[in-house]
Amino acid sequence: MGNVIGIGASPKRKEDQRFLTGRGNYVSDIKRPGMTAGVFVRSPHGHAILRGIDKSAALASPGVIAVLTGEDAAADKLGSLPCGWGITDAKGVPMKEPPFPMLAQGKVRFVGDMVAFVVAETPAQASAAAELLTVEYEVLPSVVGVLEAVRPGAPQLFDDVPNNICCDWELGDKAAVETAFRKAAHVAKLSLVNNRLIGNPMEPRAAIAEYEPGTDRFTLWTTSQFPHVVRFLMGALVLNIPQHKLRVVAPDVGGGFGVKQFHYGEEAVITWAAKRVMRPIKWVASRSEGYVSDRHGRDHVTEAELALDETGKFLAFRVNTLANMGGYLSTFGPNIPTNLYGPLLGGVYTTPAIYCNVKVVFTNTVPVDAYRGAGRPEATFVLERIVDVAASEMGIDRVEIRRRNMIPKEAYPYQTPVLVQYDSGDPMGCLDGALVAADVKNFDIRKAESARRGKFRGLGYSTYVEACGLAPSRFAGRLGARGGLYESATVRVHPTGQVTVMIGTHNHGQGHETTFAQIVSEKLGVAFDNVDIVFGDTDRVQFGMGTYGSRSLVVGGAALSKATDKVVAKGKKIAAHLLEAAEVDIQFEAGKFSVAGTDRMKTFEEIAGAAYVPHDYPLEVLEPGLEEQAYYDPVNFTYPGGCHIAEVEIDPETGTVTLVNYTAVDDVGTVINPMIVEGQLHGGIVQGVGQALYENAVYDEGSGQLLSGSLMDYCMPRADHMPMMNIATHSTLCTHTPMGVKGCGEVGTIGSPAAVINAVVDALSHLGVTHVDMPATPNRIWRLLQNASLPVAAE
Amino acid sequence: MIVQISFTLNGRPTTIDVEPATLVAELLRERLNLTGTHIGCDTSQCGACVVHLDGLPVKSCTLLAAALDGTTLLTIEGLHGAPGSNQMHPMQEAFREHHGLQCGFCTPGMLMTAVALATEKPDLTEADVRHGLEGNICRCTGYQNIVVSVMAGAAAMNAARGE
Ligand code: FES
Ligand code: FES
Repeated sequence: MGNVIGIGASPKRKEDQRFLTGRGNYVSDIKRPGMTAGVFVRSPHGHAILRGIDKSAALASPGVIAVLTGEDAAADKLGSLPCGWGITDAKGVPMKEPPFPMLAQGKVRFVGDMVAFVVAETPAQASAAAELLTVEYEVLPSVVGVLEAVRPGAPQLFDDVPNNICCDWELGDKAAVETAFRKAAHVAKLSLVNNRLIGNPMEPRAAIAEYEPGTDRFTLWTTSQFPHVVRFLMGALVLNIPQHKLRVVAPDVGGGFGVKQFHYGEEAVITWAAKRVMRPIKWVASRSEGYVSDRHGRDHVTEAELALDETGKFLAFRVNTLANMGGYLSTFGPNIPTNLYGPLLGGVYTTPAIYCNVKVVFTNTVPVDAYRGAGRPEATFVLERIVDVAASEMGIDRVEIRRRNMIPKEAYPYQTPVLVQYDSGDPMGCLDGALVAADVKNFDIRKAESARRGKFRGLGYSTYVEACGLAPSRFAGRLGARGGLYESATVRVHPTGQVTVMIGTHNHGQGHETTFAQIVSEKLGVAFDNVDIVFGDTDRVQFGMGTYGSRSLVVGGAALSKATDKVVAKGKKIAAHLLEAAEVDIQFEAGKFSVAGTDRMKTFEEIAGAAYVPHDYPLEVLEPGLEEQAYYDPVNFTYPGGCHIAEVEIDPETGTVTLVNYTAVDDVGTVINPMIVEGQLHGGIVQGVGQALYENAVYDEGSGQLLSGSLMDYCMPRADHMPMMNIATHSTLCTHTPMGVKGCGEVGTIGSPAAVINAVVDALSHLGVTHVDMPATPNRIWRLLQNASLPVAAE
Repeated sequence: MIVQISFTLNGRPTTIDVEPATLVAELLRERLNLTGTHIGCDTSQCGACVVHLDGLPVKSCTLLAAALDGTTLLTIEGLHGAPGSNQMHPMQEAFREHHGLQCGFCTPGMLMTAVALATEKPDLTEADVRHGLEGNICRCTGYQNIVVSVMAGAAAMNAARGE
């Protein structure tokens, strides 16, 4: 039944039926017999010594089953949460890696740090008991900003981490950069802040853990982007549970954006506790709890300098960044502001020399880790901002300066001075497309019209490249990765010719059930409706690294493509036998195995049937069954890129910035499902616009309190913040992934912040404004305008 | 203290005992196993929990279950009419057709708000839709396809009414 739906089509999504009718299966929807409720007690202080915890009143409270603390965890000899990347400084000295206990021991280091876990019959009883827990804190001063944290005399988070510096990391040729700066005709300078963000997937994190004494097996249902990695990290490294005794399930997950790709202490605590109480336990975070415990993103303070010759050619780029890690190292924490940031500072330009120094700093804040784009939006932002600054200082048009420095299409593959080699791309093509689509040539007319209404209009460009589909395991290993970065897929052909795919990536909104089914449908000639994609369950899927960094289609899709090739190869062997032909003469096309040059053929279904009913079958040389597995380790990153153009209007009376037009032309390689790609671009762009105009995680220096701790204080983009966006793709094919795909999940978030802020600065440039930090809130703009309109002192 | 309430839930008369502090979202999800109504926040900001109370959209995460007595409640599970069927409401069809959802978590609340908007004002403009969705946050879609879906769904509802 149904049709073959292949690459380039936009079938409606397979997953939608259940989501639209309220039949999704999210962790918080799951109930287990005898289930209890768990509640975490979290530190109200940013920095404090834990003097003692008195459990007695909580334990006596109605319905309470257990109260567990860091001391109990230590007594059970449980490990601390592992960090997945170990970076080193220029001299090869490894980063400082203090332990990250799953429940605080000795000290708390951020508001939200977990100090105890209360298990009771109902959530209300657990919450009531949590209130009765007496925790004695000796409060210490908190330090939350990176500039403050590295100052002499700042509060120290760890005794053996002087100046709170985890690692002083660098990349690039410092001497070459210095030489180039000495020769420069012009040097542009810029100081900026890349604001701290909170991911806010709409589904709060949740977990259920269950222990079955009869089989000595654990099951953890968790809102995770990578259940196999959780099984590995938590089972092998934290709780000492053998891998085959631990099942981790991530069912329907309501958005991730990076925030759900880490191994969280809550997962370890609840799994450990489930065995101690011998009952299933469920924990569901509230939104407010998420604000102080979901990993945060970004949070850089940067000084950048760009050296140019008299024609506006970039000679060298120098960047010094302080990156906030928060109170502990999260799963990928140190990798984000280093390996995913420095190598992208080349952008789409031919800058011959680049040097980047990043001080990775501990502060009394929620740990910082990957959030959509992770490192690459930060790199794009600093580069695309300083290009605008240089253009304006040198009196060169902003598009023209970009053109003069762009890597021409013919120059690919292009080796940058900072490790990475781009395989393909066409930045100029994306720029040209975007200029037309955004109707840039009539911008002045629109600006004049705005001016007549007393409004300031501005246009902003951002041309960018990202690295995704995280790279060969060997390369990542050299950069400090402590795991592999491949993906796996199993294609199980049933005797009827229908197909189930088990894949190690995870679907939490990206439409994998549809896109991956299209790949199988096209490659095997099987009806789209006859393909099912299974993910998110370590008992059903062999292994996998999950979904993050736009890797699912790039790496997972490649594994799937490889596995289908193996199915076809075995199918040819079976067909050769059944058709009494030589294997080399068998062709496979559109679901049919045929003997070349004849009309003799067998359908895919017939071959599948023969494989499972091996009556007339060469059992001496061929195994029955038709199921193949492939692991794929990429040979390089992929490099999506593009050009985004934002147009804003500013009301000088209120400082309100309105995004009036948004255009994006992105190179994401082969597009498997245009509808889904467009949806990913929309969502990504709005998250980037959120950073540029609305979102900001604000801490109080000294107390360490998170001031933007709820949806009332943290402004998320809503439907009326956005205009209709104008999106197109301009694809060059990736030269090394099987289908030419590059990935699209993050590009929107990478391109948009710089485009929007460049537009805001453009709108205000006539007042002498040269930079605006994110988010460009009405208050921030209004203040700038007040200062700009102050009369210049006469003396 | 326990309160007994009787109300119509997705077309069926329902009588149940509740604690005075129980919220409607909690009653639906925990007691009645209707988990399509989602909880995304604790500040009535996100709209994941929107249901229809006597035909009007309300956030069920801040509504006391005791207040349901004598009312008519419609949740996402009842939106398509025939209970247990796989058939969809025109608004649900429109969301599928125009890719108005990604992770699906905000979707039930979005749909309930969308149906209420389209019922209240049959000739919705884009600005009406964007304004009308202010109380519903979606982190995935960037809203563009949701807006398109709501307009298309409203048109389909109009067409169905016209027949
Ligand atoms: S859960 Fe009701 S508004 Fe967020
Ligand atoms: S579809 Fe994920 S929050 Fe809207």
